[in-house]
Amino acid sequence: MLRRFEVHRATSVEEAVDLRVRYGDDAAVYAGGTELLLAMKLGIARWAHLIDVKPIRELSRVAVARDTVRIGATVTHWDLERHPDVTRVLPALARLEASVANVRVRAAGTLAGNIAFAEPHADPPALLVALGARVVARGRRGERTLPLEEFVTGMYQTALGGDEILTAVEVPVPAPDARAAYVKFQVLERPSVGVAIVAKVNGASFAGPPAVVVGAVDELPRRVDTAALAGASLADARVADALAASARAAVSPVADLAGSEEYKRHLVGVFARRALTALAAG
Amino acid sequence: MRQISLRLNGVARTVEIEDQVLLVELVRSLGLTGTKVSCDTEVCGACTVLLDGRPVSACTTLALEADGRSVLTIEGLAKANQLHPLQQAFIDNFAFQCGFCTPGMILAAKALLDERPSPTAEEVRRWMEGNICRCTGYQSIVDAVLDAAGRRP
Repeated sequence: MLRRFEVHRATSVEEAVDLRVRYGDDAAVYAGGTELLLAMKLGIARWAHLIDVKPIRELSRVAVARDTVRIGATVTHWDLERHPDVTRVLPALARLEASVANVRVRAAGTLAGNIAFAEPHADPPALLVALGARVVARGRRGERTLPLEEFVTGMYQTALGGDEILTAVEVPVPAPDARAAYVKFQVLERPSVGVAIVAKVNGASFAGPPAVVVGAVDELPRRVDTAALAGASLADARVADALAASARAAVSPVADLAGSEEYKRHLVGVFARRALTALAAG
Repeated sequence: MRQISLRLNGVARTVEIEDQVLLVELVRSLGLTGTKVSCDTEVCGACTVLLDGRPVSACTTLALEADGRSVLTIEGLAKANQLHPLQQAFIDNFAFQCGFCTPGMILAAKALLDERPSPTAEEVRRWMEGNICRCTGYQSIVDAVLDAAGRRP
């Protein structure tokens, strides 16, 4: 049972921007609704107006250019786990999407909505930050693109302006010698911890420092300091030890139902090692 | 009020709803009470229906999303007196006890078999992990889905 509200079906980004300006804090942007409607049903949030962006054609596309995959804001997890270009160019992202929540959430929920809701217990942000993803937003003053790391500013908080619509997520196409992996620990619908690793690999060694990002345990995805790992062998046990220690030091876990601060910090070390193992396996 | 038109279990329907009405509220108000509400938070799968063939949580889907689309509930699965192969397989494999999760289980399984007619047991388990049963221990449910996959025409 939901309290009364009105849904406005926007058919262009400009119309959605106008609706945001007109209704201000009384309105929320609505796409899959898997987070939004849940929060409204639980009474955590209430809006008199929902701006449905799903009718906006241009937001439903996945476009692969030479150096960027542009994912429109209404593309669902379900679409991404099956998309032939995504599975080919960003296989680690496609695998991650296939493991988000459950099949019903994936069928309705969108990647952009997941990012815009900024729920810390989420899978995509860690890998997307490690891949160098950017967020595209459009408002009254035009379009801007900012790194995902700058877009998410806190728990349930983003840099999206009151007149802006998140229109796309852009992911750089990884270099041919780059590999990516995402591993997580999860009991229910949301991850307790997720670790992403993206690295150029030369033979069995890192060519430069790997990008390692820890998600879900902290208020924000956290980058791990890996400067010391440049050139190191993936099979060297000391590399796994160093990565685990660095990952544990990178986070300030928030204690919640998924575990205490101490427990989560331990998990971060364990899953940093597993991320390395997954990367080494190809 | 908003007027929406949908195909509900193959029958064209036009209904008037308020925007905040949930899909599960709509179908149950039309007498289709096979769709259950249990957790009411997208976790348990008891409210699973197929929206244009995709499984969704009807408890957290607005009814207006069905406008211009097709909705399949458990009541739309059997043909006259002929049970759907999944329904028969659930009976034959003792895949339910209290039965509360069964409509959602069967519809989730239908979406899987429509996309992947011969899944492995592991694929069935992964696909169905969002559908919770508190009676059976799941083995008989997985058996039923695999059995149904073998029976499909």
